[in-house]
Amino acid sequence: MIAQLFIEQGLNGLQLGVTLFLMAAGLTLVFGIMDVIHLSHGSFYMIGAYLTATLGARFDSYLLGLALAIPLVALIGMVVEWIAIRRLYERDHLDQVLATFGLIMFFNEAIGMIWGAQPIFLSPPESLAGTVELVPGLFYPQFRLAILGTGLTVAAGLGLMIRHTRLGMRLRAGASDRAMAGALGVNIDGLFTMVFGLGAGLAALAGGMAGTVLSVQVGMGESILILTFVVVVIGGIGSIKGALVGAILVGLVDTLARTMLPVALRATMAASQADSVAASLSSTSVYVLMILVLAWRPKGLYGART
Amino acid sequence: MRIVSSTLILAGFLAASAPAWAAPGEVKVGMLTTLSGPGSSLGIDVRDAFNLAVKNLGGGLGGLKATVIEIDDQQKPDVAKDAATRLIEKEKVDFATGIIFSNLMLAVQPSFDRAQTHYISANASPSQLAGKQCTPYFFSAAYQNDNQHEAMGHYVQAKGFKNVYLMAPNYPAGKDGLNGFKRYYAGAVAGEVYTTVNQLDYAAELASLRAANPDAVYVFYPGGMGVNFVKQWEQAGLKGKIPLFGPGFTFSEDTLSAMGDAALGTLNTAQWSPDLDNPENKKFVAAFEAAYGRLPSVYASQAYDAAMLIDSAIRKVGGKLDDKAALGKALMAADFKSVRGNFKFNKNHFPIQDFFLREVIKDGKGRYLNKKIAPIFQDRGDAYVGECSM
Repeated sequence: MIAQLFIEQGLNGLQLGVTLFLMAAGLTLVFGIMDVIHLSHGSFYMIGAYLTATLGARFDSYLLGLALAIPLVALIGMVVEWIAIRRLYERDHLDQVLATFGLIMFFNEAIGMIWGAQPIFLSPPESLAGTVELVPGLFYPQFRLAILGTGLTVAAGLGLMIRHTRLGMRLRAGASDRAMAGALGVNIDGLFTMVFGLGAGLAALAGGMAGTVLSVQVGMGESILILTFVVVVIGGIGSIKGALVGAILVGLVDTLARTMLPVALRATMAASQADSVAASLSSTSVYVLMILVLAWRPKGLYGART
Repeated sequence: MRIVSSTLILAGFLAASAPAWAAPGEVKVGMLTTLSGPGSSLGIDVRDAFNLAVKNLGGGLGGLKATVIEIDDQQKPDVAKDAATRLIEKEKVDFATGIIFSNLMLAVQPSFDRAQTHYISANASPSQLAGKQCTPYFFSAAYQNDNQHEAMGHYVQAKGFKNVYLMAPNYPAGKDGLNGFKRYYAGAVAGEVYTTVNQLDYAAELASLRAANPDAVYVFYPGGMGVNFVKQWEQAGLKGKIPLFGPGFTFSEDTLSAMGDAALGTLNTAQWSPDLDNPENKKFVAAFEAAYGRLPSVYASQAYDAAMLIDSAIRKVGGKLDDKAALGKALMAADFKSVRGNFKFNKNHFPIQDFFLREVIKDGKGRYLNKKIAPIFQDRGDAYVGECSM
């Protein structure tokens, strides 16, 4: 029973991890290649979830909704880059924080006006609504396994792209030395727009999948954004591999702390007290992890540059 | 031209910031409730039902023309506190109502007390305000937070369950709830878990729950939390394997359609049910459905009663809203016909009323709703009235 619980919680942690990875992959590229602190990355996650819900309902197919939402949000991302972000490259980080924070408010209000302030509850497709018995006695929802599988597949695909394609080479060059890459003839403007669109599309995929596990609501992007930044910092800015390792570490630490700490604390205090203490302790667990990693490797696990 | 426009803007500012006294023959009600986020389904039902009552009363309360000022508290205590101050100081409301969540209620009640503004709760009714912190200016037209949970504790105990797993959000009403359950349930507690308010993914908690192997599970999750919990409960394959019980809050008409079949057949307890057989309730349910195209929830019934209570009190004092002591007495009389049938106030301004066992069903029109199964408590007050010095 204990082993099964451990496997199940591990899977839950991995599932949070891959969602974080999809967010962090885009953010780490934007941060690493473009040197822009992009707070409104969570907005693409939210828009992705809303579009998945709406298009999925319109065409009566969740998967089609998700498939349409990803390119649409990638397009929105490129438009946002072209209109707003492009003006921030030469500014310092404070200006970028202010401007992209403004974008968060803009998107939250806009979504509230279009869809209303009430959450939308999205259901996974019928074909994935059941459970699978992974090992005897351990039933796990199919849809959560599908999220896990999709996330890992995308991670592998991104890894291949970064390592073996021309675009990947440019991305790596941009991440390690932007000025030099530009001097060697890489079209930095085009690359930036592309990176931004790619990041937005990945965020939309994360949002569309998370919408079925959570709920689709205004402000959903902010709750995941903070963790995403932690992942980026732990993994090392600009590194996709770092984003993957960091995301899985953060997902596992967060989930295991959330479930194991109350059990441990309940041995010493009353249940409701133990749970509130555990809730605050476990919410700090990922930051403690971040501090430990940074003390050991100040550039993050796979950081190309500081 | 520029001078003209800035003068106009200035005039606009002055008009907006001048204190807005209620004109004679008018009553102002502050509707401070949760209209965004996972808790919004409750607030929307409260607002809509209150407005429905005012509309049915001919646009007024107690013969006075009524203005309802609506503010979204965003389920945040600091936002609620600022809004309460605005309602008291700028709008000069005669009554306030609408707060859903008990942590917000505890944060704002001192402001209404200081201003001597009667707060008529259409939902949040924490143990603190029923006991030691009871006040002349707080009336609950709903219940005391523990009540629905006590009723389910009573039922689960009577059914002979011996090892029950308990879950609730970590805030005052969550603690009140599980305390209420345990007041009547005497068996072992397989686990008592308090999750973060508005947590939406329960996969980790469900895994721990399954490992604890309880013979029944009791969960208090209002609004969007309940929708996610119940759906994930089904997705995890637990439905039908372990009996799931809850208060009426978890299985309420505002969220039942979002839960869909996952909630069907679940037993829960409340002081109201859409099928209660009394003329006021029939009129209320029909009017609510006609006005909004959906079924009312238990929260809607409470807000409707809150409006009818205010109406009865204003009538009793002949529209004289300034005599706060007389108004308090008139509220205490509860001289209105409640949609839940029996209703009177205890000395701590909390209700004495009946509680029922309900079951989630799907009717011929494909709607998900509760059906009354059996009475559980009659004339139930609350456990804290002894601590109240009023």
